[in-house]
Amino acid sequence: MLNIRKEFGTFVANDNITLQLRKGEIHALLGENGAGKSTLMNVLFGLYQPEGGEIRVHGKKVDIENPNIANELGIGMVHQHFMLVEKFTVTENIILGLEPKSGVTIDRDTARKKVMEISEQYGLKIDPDAKIEDISVGMQQRVEILKTLYRGADILIFDEPTAVLTPQEIQELIQIMKRLIAEGKSIILITHKLKEIMQVADRCTVIRRGRYIGTVEVDETVNEDSLAEMMVGREVNFAAEYSKADPQQVVLDVQGLVVKDSRGLKVVEGLDLQIRAGEVLGIAGIDGNGQTELIESISGLKKPESGKVLLNGKDVTGHTPRKMTEAGIGHIPQDRHKHGLVLDYSIRDNMVLQTYYKEPFSKRGLMNYKAVAEKAKALIEKFDVRTPSIDVAARALSGGNQQKAIIAREVDRSPDLLIAAQPTRGLDVGAIEFIHEQLIKEREKGRAVLLISFELDEILHVSDRIAVLYEGKIVGIRDPKETTEQELGFLMAGGQRGDETE
Amino acid sequence: MSFLEVLYIVVPVALAYATPLIIAALGGIFSERSGVVNIALEGIMIIGAATGIITTLTLTDLGAGVFSPWISLLVAMVVGALFSLFLAVPAILWRADQTVLGVAINMLAIGLAIFVVRVLYNKGQTDFIEYRIAKENVPFLSDIPVIKMFFINVQYTSFVAIALAFVVWFVIFKTPFGLRLRSVGEHPMAADTMGINVTKMRFMGVMLSGAFGGLAGAVYAVTVTTNFSGTTIVGQGFLAIAAMIFGKWNPLGALGAGLFFGFAQALSIIGSNLPVINNVPQLLLLIAPYALTILALAGLVGRADAPKSVGIPYIKGKR
Repeated sequence: MLNIRKEFGTFVANDNITLQLRKGEIHALLGENGAGKSTLMNVLFGLYQPEGGEIRVHGKKVDIENPNIANELGIGMVHQHFMLVEKFTVTENIILGLEPKSGVTIDRDTARKKVMEISEQYGLKIDPDAKIEDISVGMQQRVEILKTLYRGADILIFDEPTAVLTPQEIQELIQIMKRLIAEGKSIILITHKLKEIMQVADRCTVIRRGRYIGTVEVDETVNEDSLAEMMVGREVNFAAEYSKADPQQVVLDVQGLVVKDSRGLKVVEGLDLQIRAGEVLGIAGIDGNGQTELIESISGLKKPESGKVLLNGKDVTGHTPRKMTEAGIGHIPQDRHKHGLVLDYSIRDNMVLQTYYKEPFSKRGLMNYKAVAEKAKALIEKFDVRTPSIDVAARALSGGNQQKAIIAREVDRSPDLLIAAQPTRGLDVGAIEFIHEQLIKEREKGRAVLLISFELDEILHVSDRIAVLYEGKIVGIRDPKETTEQELGFLMAGGQRGDETE
Repeated sequence: MSFLEVLYIVVPVALAYATPLIIAALGGIFSERSGVVNIALEGIMIIGAATGIITTLTLTDLGAGVFSPWISLLVAMVVGALFSLFLAVPAILWRADQTVLGVAINMLAIGLAIFVVRVLYNKGQTDFIEYRIAKENVPFLSDIPVIKMFFINVQYTSFVAIALAFVVWFVIFKTPFGLRLRSVGEHPMAADTMGINVTKMRFMGVMLSGAFGGLAGAVYAVTVTTNFSGTTIVGQGFLAIAAMIFGKWNPLGALGAGLFFGFAQALSIIGSNLPVINNVPQLLLLIAPYALTILALAGLVGRADAPKSVGIPYIKGKR
């Protein structure tokens, strides 16, 4: 791909970008959220038409007008948001558009056999007859990969493949990618995770804000810091030393909380927890140990079965989200699409989701959109949300900028208690650093911060105290300076309280 | 009158009323499975009914005799498919709101049909057709006790409808075309990335729906009413949509639902002649199909069964 340029209206998403993929290599495409990585790949895959530049495959200039042409050229894409029909089986999804036939019907036996053959050749374990809605995210991704291989792809584009995977699934995926290379395929890996690049990539092309920065060999001369610097354009401090916490009075007091999940099973069972003003309490735990339900009952999304939630000494158990918000709780939800933003609303409207009914945003039952717009503009500026304008739908923003918008909204109200659930999921280092700084700032203002994350690195880095959650209970509280990943991991897996890890 | 004798009377009437419902519901399935809401089924049936009667009258004048209603059915299919372009073009190409569009088309259809009838015959309704698709007793089968209830006083179009349900089921679930049609109704972007032309598939879905809707209207006209006026088709299209939903967008489900609605309609029409049922106020029988529909839709069928992207125009490149 040479000198690619792509514009959306007046916004230049790709400006003169060059990327050359060699046969049999894993080529990483690195850039921050919204730098234009996905746009570039959609151009290559024929979903977008470039305004300038040219694409060559095996030295021949090609016009990729639609995905069909990309498929014929042997280019396959594993989309970040899987392109799978949920009600179809695995096999149906793979053969869709290129179905083996016997007479007028689909030859399901041949289809199944072919799918299984490819699956075995590349070590992609799947259940060909399962419906997509019933299988794990990891398997869905393997189905996406199989779709491209079924069409004979030689060049595979992976668009942020690890964003939705668990650590084990990420390791499996890395093995799969190595296997694909061994079988003679070439891979473009779009990512902002430096660790993965160091682990698998042969070369790495960096883009920043739509512009080409450079291509480097990933070898001994390169490390995570230098890549991060290329990507962000300045030095990134991974291990920023934050000031010491100065905990004050108790802000949140959870007593004997019991919460049932949507299936009616008790997933939080008698949980006790205290958070003080001026501290960050990190909750470590493996997904599914009651994190979601704990957050939902503190933020008012779910009524607990029993137990108490006290905020600043006042009983707020089972109050509605609005009452909780007014009582002084801010919530950065784990699912930003579902609970964080109204995706089809503009950024402007999203900024006042909790405060729209108050002055100055509305007066005597009428909205004051001028005040809303001013607020939105101020927030966007202050929190560096990159958007063409405040009237753009939240859906159109990249994940990192969506998250920044939510954080802007929540932090700006400066609530007594800020719940941050996986605030950096799927984000790049620059954005992560920014978000951590915001959390610490809140703490320094004397607010309480509750951080829930599945990433131990993050918990250890930002928290002042770490509470380990296992099967709906807090099984231990540790000081991050004195504990280790091993000890936390042991507790998270259900190890006994006490010091048996010594 | 024994229970069996009651059935001998009710079942043929039920079949006659169920036939157009089944065919139209099958049409609805094609459209909605491709992702386009088809409220316009009512209007398409009106156009089909008008076409059926006008064509039969014309062909009879030309001397086509008993074949004229059968030929008119084919003509109505073609006209229905063409008329459905009023839905297809704005809904698919211009991304118009499909529900509003459907309502508008229904109004257009009744006005257009009456207008054409006035221009052709100088009056508000047509004459009655001479050759209708008549009720017959199927040889041999109508002599067998019990099962003869399905073969006495029956029109062959009923068998066509039932056969079509199986054909459509086969097409939707067993052929590549069906797989592609369903994929654009569920996740058009996924289909697009797999090289499937979403626009083309949706056009085919809507136009097939038009052909079936046209056929359904014509069948109703040439078997039941035998002339065309402004009140020939009043709600059958909507009932067919209900049958489609009731049948969970599955052709065989639509067949069952169509038969059920036909049965309810038959009871309301001839119930006063039947023992036991004649004690039920006729009002209740008349509203029964509609009340049952509301109950069925409220309680039995979840939204979850609808094609996921139905009613949502596909915009390339939207995140």
